[in-house]
Amino acid sequence: MSEHHYQLNFGPQHPSAHGVLRLVLELDGEVVVRADPHIGLLHRGTEKLMEHKTYLQGLPYADRLDYSSMMANEHALCLAIEKLLQIEVPIRAQYLRVMFDELSRIMNHMLWVGTCALDLGAMTVFLFGARERESCFDILEATTGARMHPNYYRPGGVYRDLPDKMPQYQSSLRSAEELTRMNANRQGTVLDFIEDFAKQLPERVDDIETLLTDNRIWKQRTVGIGVVSSEQAIAMGCTGPMLRASGVAWDLRKKQPYAVYDKLDFDVATGTGGDCYDRYLVRMEECRQSAKLVLQCVNWLRTNPGPVISGDRKIAPPPRAEIKADMEALIHHFKLFTEGFPVPAGEAYAAVEHPKGEFGVYMISDGGNKPYRVKLHTPDFVHLSMLAAMAPGHMLSDVVALIGTYDIVFGSVDR
Amino acid sequence: MRLPLSHLKKTLTRIFGESVVLVEAYRELTLEVPMAQLFATMQRLRDEPDLSFDALIDVAGVDYEEFTGREPDAPRFAVVYHLLSIRNNGRLRVRVFVESETEPVVSSLVSLWPSANWMERECFDMYGIAFEGHPDLRRILTDYGFTGHPFRKDFPLSGHIEMRYDPEQKQVVYEPVSIEPRDNVPRIVREPHYGDSTPTPLPSAETR
Repeated sequence: MSEHHYQLNFGPQHPSAHGVLRLVLELDGEVVVRADPHIGLLHRGTEKLMEHKTYLQGLPYADRLDYSSMMANEHALCLAIEKLLQIEVPIRAQYLRVMFDELSRIMNHMLWVGTCALDLGAMTVFLFGARERESCFDILEATTGARMHPNYYRPGGVYRDLPDKMPQYQSSLRSAEELTRMNANRQGTVLDFIEDFAKQLPERVDDIETLLTDNRIWKQRTVGIGVVSSEQAIAMGCTGPMLRASGVAWDLRKKQPYAVYDKLDFDVATGTGGDCYDRYLVRMEECRQSAKLVLQCVNWLRTNPGPVISGDRKIAPPPRAEIKADMEALIHHFKLFTEGFPVPAGEAYAAVEHPKGEFGVYMISDGGNKPYRVKLHTPDFVHLSMLAAMAPGHMLSDVVALIGTYDIVFGSVDR
Repeated sequence: MRLPLSHLKKTLTRIFGESVVLVEAYRELTLEVPMAQLFATMQRLRDEPDLSFDALIDVAGVDYEEFTGREPDAPRFAVVYHLLSIRNNGRLRVRVFVESETEPVVSSLVSLWPSANWMERECFDMYGIAFEGHPDLRRILTDYGFTGHPFRKDFPLSGHIEMRYDPEQKQVVYEPVSIEPRDNVPRIVREPHYGDSTPTPLPSAETR
């Protein structure tokens, strides 16, 4: 370290460190010379915990990885288990999964744009994003019973079908007119509410874009900052919006389709510059595409009733009513929730296009009721590892823009 | 369009010869490489135009110590690489078994794919597998001053040391763990065809 340089300890309690990132920066004036991210402050050993739990008990840990897009994590884990079990997922469950994956993407990008803008000095965007997320949380709560950690996907399908009624606001403090106004889009089913939400979303994204896209300060903070060329992005292992912002049209939903993405119509947004601004534009366009996908799923789900979980009683529990009448069903239920189901020996890797990039689960089974090894590949771990190479030469304030647009959530970096 | 597995298999056999060890399962291909050839093989996988695995997606350590059906003298550790070809839209898994159990070392791939840097650090931290030629092989996820490698099968789930704030000493203190290890659901590996609808016939009275 040169005598002109000084060291700055950024985090782990810094608000724009997005969680618990400790960044040791070596500065020459305000220019970064060396950056050394220290991670692991949120390391919980999820992979080892999963090795000590049955497959079903391991599922809720997936929600706690990237806690801003929970459903996509669950999807990857379920796909890996299903691959090893070689079971079919009912088509309706696949549409439900795609719909909730896309809602997750919207939730993730709304949180991302809010916090990133907050870091760079814009307050309102966060409130706009939080409003949209609130609607999504209400959908999750109505469908799964939990707002943030839904634990909705199961090997073989999803936990249950969408309920017929959307819960309404009730309050003794608000006036009747106000309650009527608030409950206007909650009169029908959950599916009606989702449709209303997805129809309004492009307009809401426009609201955010009017605040940022042509905003001079926003552009000064992001255009030309943290440029990653397409070759660099591939070599560094970037996936998702990070890779697409650098101009590579790589999207697992198109290139290696899973669930029912090959039956749906959507476009892949790509950037040209590979800078922070392009990453922002790509994510905003993805929100619009996600809304389009959600609407297609809503239309399909309206007209195609059916089972939402596999009928294989060795994997999926029997319906509650059946347990009361049928001894066989009771035995299945008991076995599933005590011992769990055995998974044939083998290994599989399943990846999904997570809002942040490729989220992969590598699972090894030795034939037992618990996975032998689970390796979680999380995109933000890879993206954060680029920081040491990208930050030098940038100003200290640009490091905040870099961390912001990498879209980092420590639940999934540290696992 | 995704690269068909049969095509990838043919290309690999053409480039690496007939003796190449390929395992196909669940429409995924695994290439097993001896430790000494790891770096050279990986370099060819990346540079050969018909393969061009341009992205290293994941590096996973595996500890086979308690694996059901493991041969007693089989290697304990393995490193598993997941490669992705963005140009050809193909995936490949590469496994290398680590010969030594006491001093596991494999070649580092940081010079081929920069993304290997943190992944190899994680593997070193969790399994104690060292990567020869890695520019900065430090622990990454565990606490400062941590000892041991937590993902090894002989490392208990509850760990060895716990940490708490001590109001008398007015500082954080480290102590041996006080909680008992607890496992409500034992790990069970059933015999083949357990629970099938057609029961295996009981041995007759004469042979019993």
